[in-house]
Amino acid sequence: MSHTAVVDSKTAWAGDNNSPFGAGYGKLMMWFFLMSDALSFTGFLAAYGFYRHSYSDIWPTAENVFTHFPFMHGDHPLLYVALMTFILIMSSVTMVLAVEAGHRMDKKGVIKWMFWTVVGGLVFVGSQAWEWYHFIHGTELGALELGIGTYTLPDGTIEQTQGIIGRWVDESKQVLMLPWREVAGDITSDYLTLSGQELTDAVAAGHEVYGANLTHNEYGHPLFGDFFFFITGFHGTHVFSGVVLNFIIFVNVIMGTYEKRGHYEMVEKVGLYWHFVDLVWVFVFTFFYLI
Amino acid sequence: MGHSEDGPYKYAAHHSEEEGKKTRRMIWNMFWVLLAITTVEVLLGIFWKEIGVTWGFVKMTFIVMTIAKAYFIVAYYMHLKHERSSLQNTIIIPYVLLALYLLYHVFTEGLYDNYIQNYPW
Repeated sequence: MSHTAVVDSKTAWAGDNNSPFGAGYGKLMMWFFLMSDALSFTGFLAAYGFYRHSYSDIWPTAENVFTHFPFMHGDHPLLYVALMTFILIMSSVTMVLAVEAGHRMDKKGVIKWMFWTVVGGLVFVGSQAWEWYHFIHGTELGALELGIGTYTLPDGTIEQTQGIIGRWVDESKQVLMLPWREVAGDITSDYLTLSGQELTDAVAAGHEVYGANLTHNEYGHPLFGDFFFFITGFHGTHVFSGVVLNFIIFVNVIMGTYEKRGHYEMVEKVGLYWHFVDLVWVFVFTFFYLI
Repeated sequence: MGHSEDGPYKYAAHHSEEEGKKTRRMIWNMFWVLLAITTVEVLLGIFWKEIGVTWGFVKMTFIVMTIAKAYFIVAYYMHLKHERSSLQNTIIIPYVLLALYLLYHVFTEGLYDNYIQNYPW
């Protein structure tokens, strides 16, 4: 079974039917779009890296923030993000299988695999919404955002306390854990704590925070929340528009648009976009959640 | 599948049943590779202290693994490995330049960052 549809001067990336890139106009433009889009994500992640290391002593660890798993109690660090990553990789596989079926002009195969790609995308977007909910909602215990003042570390260093997040050691809220650690020579001890009168003063000067928004974040520095909302939000928007595009193409495949056209290059184009979304997540997963 | 380097462009991305079988095998092989790398990443993220490696080593391992995953996705799933070299270079060269530029920043502004931190405000 061999089909060869000639792409005319309107669709080839050249006026005289001579294509230096050997790719259709639409596919080439998709590549160029993805290249520029990746630059935006690079900018976000580079900015994230810069601030993360500027505030490395008080920056929250993602594995202490995202510990929820649906229908399960207790701490499950990274488990749900790992599952989301798996779902996105899986939907990338179904996408590339749809493209492969298109190369054989196997309409039924394309429909099947496109369907599962759309489902995978929806599950991923839903998971992100669920994770946002937990991040915004925060923990029952909350945390204490310290007010204007200073705190003297055991080695004599004086730290500004404004905006610093202290976490409760337990439900009794008698001891507050500060984000700094005591460093003596090569030995780093446990987190420094506040209790007694010092704590009473701190509570009076600061205020309790629950969950996170753009200006406050019970898990640590507010910029962590800002970057989380911005980066995963921008990525989530991409996933969502990818699902919409995939769905439109899915409907076209069912209606036989590409069967009539003689090739399934359109599936390949949305496929490129979908793989890109997966590709970005690979980087977000590493730089936001793992490191 | 492959198209000639010259002459009019034909949409030639059609392949036979047999080639399809080969492509599908490649797709699933890549899937297992990606899954294995992700699993190692997560396990390393959770158990790195127990294994007794330094955090710097773990970070570098994560970055290498991420770049490996990116290569597999772009080369095989996005098919860039089998495109013409003109298209490959158009996509890859800007990123090599960008990566060098970012590395330059890490080694210069990264030190400047230390200075900002100690600035009294």
